[in-house]
Amino acid sequence: MAQMNAEENIRKSSGAKHNSLWKSIKQNKACYAMLAPFMIFFIVFTVIPVIMSLPMGFTDFNIAQPPKYVGLSNYTTLFLSDKVFIRSIRVTIVFALFTGPISYILCFLLAWLINELHPKLKTLFTLVFYIPSMANAYTVWQLIFSGDMNGYINSFLINLGIINAPVQWLTDGRYVLGVTIIVQLWISLGAGFLALRAGFQNIDRTMYEAGAIEGIRTRWQELIYIVIPSMGPQLMFAAVMQIVGSFTAGTVAQNLVGFPSTDYKAHTIMTHAYDYGWVRYEMGYASAICMILFVVMFLLNKLISKMLSKYMD
Amino acid sequence: MTQVNTAKLKASNRQAGRKIGGTVAIFIFLAFLGLFMVFPIYLTIIMSIKPVEELFVFPPKLYVLRPTLDNFSDMFETLHQNRVPFSRYVFNSIFVTATVTICQCVFASMAAFVLAKCKFPGSKLINSIIVIALLYQSNVIYIMQYMVMTKLRMIDTYLALILPSIASPMGLFLMRQSISQIPDSMIEAAKVDGAGLFRICWQIVMPNQKPALMTLIIFAFQAAWNIQTGTVVFQEQYKTLPTVVTQAASSGMARAGVAMAAAVFLLIPPIIVFMAAQKQVIETMAHSGIKE
Repeated sequence: MAQMNAEENIRKSSGAKHNSLWKSIKQNKACYAMLAPFMIFFIVFTVIPVIMSLPMGFTDFNIAQPPKYVGLSNYTTLFLSDKVFIRSIRVTIVFALFTGPISYILCFLLAWLINELHPKLKTLFTLVFYIPSMANAYTVWQLIFSGDMNGYINSFLINLGIINAPVQWLTDGRYVLGVTIIVQLWISLGAGFLALRAGFQNIDRTMYEAGAIEGIRTRWQELIYIVIPSMGPQLMFAAVMQIVGSFTAGTVAQNLVGFPSTDYKAHTIMTHAYDYGWVRYEMGYASAICMILFVVMFLLNKLISKMLSKYMD
Repeated sequence: MTQVNTAKLKASNRQAGRKIGGTVAIFIFLAFLGLFMVFPIYLTIIMSIKPVEELFVFPPKLYVLRPTLDNFSDMFETLHQNRVPFSRYVFNSIFVTATVTICQCVFASMAAFVLAKCKFPGSKLINSIIVIALLYQSNVIYIMQYMVMTKLRMIDTYLALILPSIASPMGLFLMRQSISQIPDSMIEAAKVDGAGLFRICWQIVMPNQKPALMTLIIFAFQAAWNIQTGTVVFQEQYKTLPTVVTQAASSGMARAGVAMAAAVFLLIPPIIVFMAAQKQVIETMAHSGIKE
């Protein structure tokens, strides 16, 4: 089987293109068969909707009527006259800079430190750090940061004598972005963190032993020379998750500091798209906003995967 | 040398130079950070068992004087006023969650194995489409998905809840990344022995992928359990638990206690699955440790 594959490849590279492509498809029919169950659902419920949505950015679409082609006008409006959008770019960048890298490093650092503990403690601590991404905790965060004296933070600070009057954490323009970032960080030890935890469990133990023989003495050396180089795929997975998580965040702010937030201080690009899509029903415009965000994330992903693969080699 | 050895034994189950002090320091650091992480969860639990008069006292207390299950019974009472019996919601949720979780894990594992380990026409393209699908987030997609479901006459049936969640690009990506770490020689050896791809996948590759598969189960269960019927199902008899429980609890701050009870109630099944799956993940390590 393997030999036939190799022959096939040689023939393919030497020409006879059409024929050999068909042959190689036929030869790999087992691959397609195993791919099929996933791909059928993936194509119907993800690929087709995505392709249908791609041209929407060039239209005026209010759901009730069929989309009308308007050329680039959505994009020119966005960059030339939508002041809130320009502001939302700034908010998104600040937000992503704070939550993305910090949370990525935390995911890795915590997954590693947990790995150093006794197996019983491993399960406990993994649960402790992952539980925020399972819980729906907006109500409790609203109570913690509540603007009256009953808020946990306010009452704590008043008792200590640090402040005299309650602070409006959720409505004061100076604090809303900070509060949102804290809660987002709290939630963000999610998929990436768990995938890294699983990655640590997968490292071949003989690697550690070989390392010890070759003179690795400390945890740090082990981390740099053994752990990181063998965690490339998981690090890449976590990076993609963090990019998506930090750039498309919007629900935290909407649930926590209200929508729209005071002075648009926590108004991210995604919140802006939500505003136009589901509040004003200007789906064409909302879709243009999402497209810009996608292009940014796509480029960033390319950059990070280049950096990671350079480091791994 | 003997000193190093005993230290090694004491300090967890690993080899290269481990000092017990370092491990203790790690534990203390994690415990501190962990307190911050669980504090809001602790508050949620505490508030779900607080009687109304304790909910809004100043200063707010971090403990309960007279714990009560009133909030929970209040929530269930609201649910019992619905036309459909409570057990129906439980059945819906279990049925939807089980189907989605099983299909997602099985389909994603097979597809991930092929994409990670076989080269065939289109494999590169599909690999990059998966990542693009992860990065492309747009609220227009939901409308298009809705249109597809309308065309397939799925609205207002179980299918509308189950089918769209089966193919998760995130699950596939996770499995693909993990399977790519398996040495090619292992698969080549099996091929030489005459094993087909299907058998290689389930008998050779997947038994080695317990940590990733268990992690996928956690993700899949969590996502499936939280499926809200939203705009695709309107008939009461097809609604899931999270939908009706969230409805019963959403009446502003005055019913904060009930909201907390709902949050605690919905959190229990994912935690049980999480604990069971994580135990398996960690046992993988202990196992390969014994082998040496």
